Amino acid sequence: MKPAPFAYRKAHSLDEAVALMGQHKDARLLAGGQSLIATLNMRLSSPSLLVDINGISGLDRIEVKDGMVEIGALVRHVQAERSETIATVAPLIARAMPHIAHAAIRNRGTVGGSIAFADPAAELPACLLALGGDVLAAGPAGRRTIKADDFFKGLFETALEPDDVLTGIRVPAADANTRIGFAELARRHGDYAIVGLAASARADGPKLKDVRLAFFGVGDTPLRARAAEAALAGGDVEAAVAALDLAPHDDVQASADVKKHLAGVLLKRVAQQLMEPRA
Amino acid sequence: MSDTALSITLIVNGETVSERVDARKTLVDFLREDLALTGSHVGCEHGVCGTCTVRVNGEIVRGCLMLAVQCDGATVETVEGLSDSGEIADLQAAFEQRNALQCGYCTPGMLATAQDLLKRAQTSGRVPSRDEIREQLSGNYCRCTGYHAIVDAVEAVAIARAEAK
Repeated sequence: MKPAPFAYRKAHSLDEAVALMGQHKDARLLAGGQSLIATLNMRLSSPSLLVDINGISGLDRIEVKDGMVEIGALVRHVQAERSETIATVAPLIARAMPHIAHAAIRNRGTVGGSIAFADPAAELPACLLALGGDVLAAGPAGRRTIKADDFFKGLFETALEPDDVLTGIRVPAADANTRIGFAELARRHGDYAIVGLAASARADGPKLKDVRLAFFGVGDTPLRARAAEAALAGGDVEAAVAALDLAPHDDVQASADVKKHLAGVLLKRVAQQLMEPRA
Repeated sequence: MSDTALSITLIVNGETVSERVDARKTLVDFLREDLALTGSHVGCEHGVCGTCTVRVNGEIVRGCLMLAVQCDGATVETVEGLSDSGEIADLQAAFEQRNALQCGYCTPGMLATAQDLLKRAQTSGRVPSRDEIREQLSGNYCRCTGYHAIVDAVEAVAIARAEAK
């Protein structure tokens, strides 16, 4: 199908983008467009205006400051995938990148778009949650920061207001005690996950602490598995699997029972990754 | 609002083109309908099948997931351009020799996607493995060949180009 007619404006500053979003209540922000344009083509969405933010400078940077890594909203997946900074200080995101779609889509898709779209089976929202990161946003009242734990509200629903522009994400920079794990099952490489798991922890002698497990593809949002996190911090993988309290729904990819089983399988794989010291 | 149609100027296969286009027109529809470059095909129109893959500013993209108005000032290359310049002549010959196409609908996207990997391989001086070739092509559906012959053709070209260096 073809999109319904809409107007197109290129914003040259954040203020201009925020103002346009405030003036046009059914406008949509266009960043990489790799989800938005698909929904327009299928007429699942028919905004009156697209506000293209690709021309706003300064949103495509990857910077490390004060022990945090800031990734601008317009950083393309391919840019993050090839970034030595990301590989070194945000290894979970580097690990997840090859699982995101395909080369042609990673060339256009953006980190900010993926977080703002909040597909419950997508990799980056789960990584942000697993890392306990922040979302950076600009709105009519200025800049604000939203914690990942407070950001994902429901199916494709986030804490962003209609006239907010997501400007980037911020995650703690990895150090020698940082442990990460990532595993995903998909029917075809690059497809959205049937079930996936992004995880982070800190080494505490031979044990783990601050374990954060973020499952994706098993609910309306990426989900923490807190009981399993506590069990894993205690060093008991079997107890962690037994403590998984996920309640996935059947979907076109797999039944709820299959998803629950696969979540346990992934937890065992990721637990092993978390136990291994970083190379 | 007056912004539902915009004037754009871009370079397509080496030629400067200026047109007025609807904001809602995707890049691949613009190439096919306005410029009569029908080598790029339209399949699923939501980024899954890969047959609309073209190059924008040197990088492969989905022609159905980019708007023509976003390409103002860009350099676009379609299969016609890649073919006429001779850049993929060896790849096209390998596809023919190994029967890596039957109906041919996916072929323009396959060629652009494979050439993207081959180009990077030449820069790094490394021949991609069959797994890497399969991963690169994982976003391009072919319903005829079963992919094996396509992987064979891409691998043969990767090896031949590395040896020719």
